[in-house]
Amino acid sequence: MALGHAEKPGQIQEIPLLQPGHSYGTITDKISEVVLRLRTPLGWFIGFGVGAVLFTVFLVSVGVLFAYGVGIWGINIPVGWGTAIVMLIWWIGIGHAGTLISAILFLFRQQWRTSINRFAEAMTLFAVSCAGLFPILHLGRPWVMYWIMPYPNTFGLWPQFRSPLSWDVFAITAYATTSVLFWFVGLIPDLAALRDKATFKPLQYFYGMLAMGWRGSARHWHHYNSLYLLLAAIATPLVVSVHTVISFDFAISVMPGWHTTVFPPYFVAGAIFSGFAMVITLTIPIRKIFKMEDFITLRHFDLMAKVMLATGLLVVYGYLTEAFTAWYSGNQYELYLLKNRLLGPYAPVVYALIFCNAVTVQLLWFKKIRTNLVLLFIISIIINIGMYLERFMIIVISLSREYLPSSWTLFTPTQWDWGIIFGSLGLFLVLLFLFVRTLPMISIFEVRELLHQTQEGETHPA
Amino acid sequence: MNERAPKRNLFGVIARFEEAGDLLVAAKRAYAAGYRQLDAYTPFPVHGLSEALGLDKQPNFVPYLVLLGAIFGGLAGYMLQYYTSVIAYPLNIGSRPLNSWPAFMVITFEGAVLMAAVAGVLGMLFLNKLPMPYHPVFNTPNFNRASRDAFFLCVLATDPRFDEQETGAFLKSLHPSAVHAVEQGDTEIYD
Repeated sequence: MALGHAEKPGQIQEIPLLQPGHSYGTITDKISEVVLRLRTPLGWFIGFGVGAVLFTVFLVSVGVLFAYGVGIWGINIPVGWGTAIVMLIWWIGIGHAGTLISAILFLFRQQWRTSINRFAEAMTLFAVSCAGLFPILHLGRPWVMYWIMPYPNTFGLWPQFRSPLSWDVFAITAYATTSVLFWFVGLIPDLAALRDKATFKPLQYFYGMLAMGWRGSARHWHHYNSLYLLLAAIATPLVVSVHTVISFDFAISVMPGWHTTVFPPYFVAGAIFSGFAMVITLTIPIRKIFKMEDFITLRHFDLMAKVMLATGLLVVYGYLTEAFTAWYSGNQYELYLLKNRLLGPYAPVVYALIFCNAVTVQLLWFKKIRTNLVLLFIISIIINIGMYLERFMIIVISLSREYLPSSWTLFTPTQWDWGIIFGSLGLFLVLLFLFVRTLPMISIFEVRELLHQTQEGETHPA
Repeated sequence: MNERAPKRNLFGVIARFEEAGDLLVAAKRAYAAGYRQLDAYTPFPVHGLSEALGLDKQPNFVPYLVLLGAIFGGLAGYMLQYYTSVIAYPLNIGSRPLNSWPAFMVITFEGAVLMAAVAGVLGMLFLNKLPMPYHPVFNTPNFNRASRDAFFLCVLATDPRFDEQETGAFLKSLHPSAVHAVEQGDTEIYD
C-alpha cells in the first residue's frame, strides 16, 4: 500500500479529501469512465464471479427451502428464530451506514461524505433487499407473505398492529422506499452527465430516459437543494427508528436477555458500527479496482474508522449495561442467562464476539492503524463477523435456554443455514458489482461542488 | 427593415462561461439590467445563484409539499390502525383499550416519513416540469458541457425586454466565452 507521508502521525489532517490537480472536466471523465468505457477491469470479473457463485448457492438453498420447508434449517422448538432472523438483523444493520453517511453527515455539513455517499447508499439498498428476503423465507409458507400487509380481503382479517412484527413490515418498507428515493434523487444530475457524455446511442437513450430531461437549470437546483435537505432531515429519524423497531421485536417480549430498555440505542449503535465496517470492507478493493484513489483518500478511511471506533465503544457499553442490568435486577432468569452466556454451551461464541467487537476495535485508537488499509480491511471483516455473532448470541442463546428447563434445546446451523448466510452475500455482491458498472459510484456533481468549495476556500481564506 | 422580417421562433439567447464566479457576476448584472426571465445551467448547484436570478423571491413549494405529505401519511397510518383495530376487527386482549395509541405510534411515524419523502420527490419533479426529455435549450452548441464543466446564462425570449440583437450584445459585454441564439425547435414550450 502506498501510504507515503500519511504514515507519520499528526499529518493526517493535511491529506485532502480530493487529490489536487482535478478540474470539473477531469472529475466527470474519471468517474463516468468506469461506467461508459467498454473495457471492464479484471477485478470486476473476479468480484462479480465470486458473487455469482455465492448467489447460485443462495438460489439452490432457497429452492430446497421452498420444496421441503423450514425443517431443513437447524431451528427447532424452542429455538424458532435461527439464521433467518440473525441475517435479517445483520443485513438491516449493514444498511444503516449508507443512510447515516447520506443524511446525518449531510445535515452536519461533513464534506467528507461526498465521495462515499453514493456507494454507501447503494450498499444500503442492496443490504435492505437482502434483509427483506429473510423474514419472507423464514415464514413457513412464503408464498402467502402478502398476508402480513394490510389489505381488504374476504376473510375480514387484518394484521395485528400492536405487534412489533407488524411494525417491522412498515418500518422496513418505509426505509427501503425512502432510501431508493433518496438515492435516485441524488443520481438524477449524474444521469444527465452520463447522457451528455455517452457516445453510444442506446446508452444515450438509457441514461436520457433515467435523467428525465434534467438540464441543471438554476430553477431545477433551487427545488432540488431544498428537497435534498428535507429528505436528509426526514431520513435521519427514519434510520434511527428502523433498527429501534427491529429491537422492539425482542425488547417488547418477556424473554430473558431480550426484555431490556437498552436495546434500541444499542441496536442502532451496532448497526452503524457494522455498516461502516462493511463500507470499509467494500471500498478498499473497489477503490483499487477502479483506481478511485483521487476521490476516496486515506482521510476518508481515517474518518470512517473513527466513526467505527465511536460506535464500537457504544456497543461495548451496551454489553456492559446488559450484564449490569441482569445483575442489578436480581432476576434469577436474567442472572442465569448471563451465567449461561459466559459458561454455557455457546460460551465460545460469546468470547469470540468479545474479541471481535470489544478488543479488535481498540486498535482503531491509533492513527497508524486507521490509515493502514490492509489492517483496516482485516479489522472491518472481523467486526462484521463479530456483529453476526452478536445477533446470534442475542437470539439463539436466549431462546435455547428459556424459562422451562424441560424444553431446553441447542441450535446448530445446518448446511442450508450456511447456504443462505453465504448465499445472501452473493446476492449482495452481484447487485453491488452490477451497480458499479452501470451507475456512477461516486456522486459526480457533488465532487464538482466540493472542488468548487475548496478552490473558493483557497482564494478567499475567510 | 429588420423588424418587418418574420420573427425567428427563439427560446432565448444564451452565454457560456468557464467559471462559476463569472456566471454569478453575469447573472447579477443581467438582473440589475432589468432582465427577469433568466435561467442558468450549471454542472452543480452554485451557491448564491438563486438569489442572483431572483428565484428566491418566488415561492418555493417543496417544503409545503413535504409537510403535507407527512401530515397525510401520519393520519393515514393512524386511521388505518384505528379502523382495523377498533372498528373492523376488534380484539379484546386482557381488556386493553382497543385504541391503544402508544402501540400505533410506530406505524404512524413510518407512514409520515414515507409519504413526506414520496410527496417531496414527486413535488420536486412536478415543480421542475420533469420528465421532459426534449427541451429547446438542448439545441445550444456545446450544451453537453452544462453537465460537465461549463456555466450557461440564458435570457429567455419571453422576457419583456428581450430583443435578439440587443440582448445578445448585452450578454457579449459580460465577457462570456460564447453567445448563441437558441431556437425553439419543432416543439413549442412556453412557461
